[in-house]
Amino acid sequence: MNLCGIVLRSLRQHALSTVVTAASVALAGGLLMSVWVVKQQSQATFTGVNGGFDAVLGARGSKLQLVLNAIFHLEASPGNLAWQDFLDIQQDPNVELAIPLAVGDNYRGYRLVGTTPDLFQKAEYAPGKHFELQAGGDWFDPGRREAVVGDFVARKMKLKVGETFHPFHGLIFDEKNQHSETYVVIGALKPSNTPADRVIWIPLAGIQRMSGHDPNAATDVSAVLVKLKAGSAIAGFQMDMMYNKQGNRLTFAWPIGRVMADLFDKIGWFDRVLTLVSYLVMLVAAGSILASIYNSMNERRREFAILRALGARRATVFSAIVLEAAAIAALGMSGAFGIYLGLVTVVAGIIRAQTGVVLDPFSFNPVMLWSPAAFTALGALSGVVPAIKAYRTDVASNLTPPS
Amino acid sequence: MTLLEISDLKKSFLTPDGSDHCVVNVKTFVLAEQAQVALEGESGSGKTTFLHLIAGILKPDAGRIVIARQEMSALNEPARDRLRATTIGYIFQTFNLLQGYTCLENVLLGMSFGPGADRNLAEKLLKRVGLGHRLAHYPGQLSSGQQQRVAVARALANKPKLVLADEPTGNLDRKSAGESLALIREACRESESALLLVSHDREVLGQFEHVADFHKMNRAFAQEVGP
Repeated sequence: MNLCGIVLRSLRQHALSTVVTAASVALAGGLLMSVWVVKQQSQATFTGVNGGFDAVLGARGSKLQLVLNAIFHLEASPGNLAWQDFLDIQQDPNVELAIPLAVGDNYRGYRLVGTTPDLFQKAEYAPGKHFELQAGGDWFDPGRREAVVGDFVARKMKLKVGETFHPFHGLIFDEKNQHSETYVVIGALKPSNTPADRVIWIPLAGIQRMSGHDPNAATDVSAVLVKLKAGSAIAGFQMDMMYNKQGNRLTFAWPIGRVMADLFDKIGWFDRVLTLVSYLVMLVAAGSILASIYNSMNERRREFAILRALGARRATVFSAIVLEAAAIAALGMSGAFGIYLGLVTVVAGIIRAQTGVVLDPFSFNPVMLWSPAAFTALGALSGVVPAIKAYRTDVASNLTPPS
Repeated sequence: MTLLEISDLKKSFLTPDGSDHCVVNVKTFVLAEQAQVALEGESGSGKTTFLHLIAGILKPDAGRIVIARQEMSALNEPARDRLRATTIGYIFQTFNLLQGYTCLENVLLGMSFGPGADRNLAEKLLKRVGLGHRLAHYPGQLSSGQQQRVAVARALANKPKLVLADEPTGNLDRKSAGESLALIREACRESESALLLVSHDREVLGQFEHVADFHKMNRAFAQEVGP
């Protein structure tokens, strides 16, 4: 019987405290991995999502608000811009594609976005990927009250081709603000795993001319998605200068990823707090291993004395305790992967429902390697204090059971 | 051939008031190979300390202990542990079996610090002490007599040259005590191990041809016992 055999039997003998302590490590490890993965993946995803465009042109205001509104369909529009502004940028020789968007209505909380068929037919939401329709669907006719629903909305609202609905005014659902117009669902998008899945797409004129909207703004748009021609990086800089520095009417949010990265930079303190909490959770888990083993030391003194009397060295007893602590941590970390999967799946579901952005719990992250190693090392370290106690156990006085 | 040779052995402990209290003071003691000797002594006479010194569990303040031509008293602690694991089997009054280990595992554990675990030998030893059908039982599932038999098997697991038995029948009823003592003596004979047993029980002592009075010996009374 080697050291591992002794450790395994000790774990078996103290099964309840082993399971409880390992469970606390599993929770801590699962939480740490979840925080890490959600933090990194969401940052990478939010800064990577651009719908296939380089920039957003909108009314004067915050670049972040403009990007959140036009790309992520989250924020309110900072204001409108005139149709001529759209035409101007569309005709810019450095612009490959310009798509106007209009927002302002919803269907039971899901945003209606008015646009042109070019968004579906010309734009690539990711390299080489165009929006596609599910079987039986069709793209809307710009002149008719037709809608193409995103995959997430279609599933959540159980909207099928041929069904009709009344839009509601505003971006927040209020039953009293129902528009009189009726739209018919003519198609549903295949899942794109982008914010577009959470949108009901209708013709641009549908939003512009919806009953109750200001007739004076009937040709205005909320934002323009801009794709620059390949190799026109300098053009983005020039437009940035033209709209943002020299002009004072419009905002040119370019490049989109940089705008989102600025957001994450601004909330970097939150990131650091999360990281700190994760480390503290690790320490608490290590403390629970220490407490669990240390509390059992009194009842185990005789066990150590017997082992010593049989010929075990002090170092053997010391190593057995350290290894036992490491084994509890390792056992906990194997369970941590289950906790991680459960947590991230739930969190990813919430993020997807709120933003349309997809996180993948199965995607590899280095935390899945270093955190089990760190937890196991920390577990071993937490075993040192009780191991010293075991090391110092006096054999002669502990061979007799306490009376 | 001499197996165990002790000379001028002294061991004291600090008392709560800070003074030294001499517990063992043995001028000489010699035990021959394969001898079976009982040490007679009342409780508190220092018998257990004497056995702990022989086993290397305690280090003497002075004197020499030579076992199988190795001077236990001159060795450092890891070397004493090693010598104990390979040369000495220890049977305790309270059996000292590990409760989380089965009978077989207790015997294998005894082997693991010596020459190495040998499952076949462990099973054979447990069969020899009449517990071949209880290999997977835990100590708590056995009677006191059966637990002592496991302890005997464990003590003999490393084919020791010397078996130390500290009041091995003290926790057993009269019938089990007789059976257990007979088993210990017989098993030691079979494995050609010397046996040094301490007891204050007249009935146990009466079974031995060679009985030494530890009370006298511990006052520096020189004597040689054994065949």
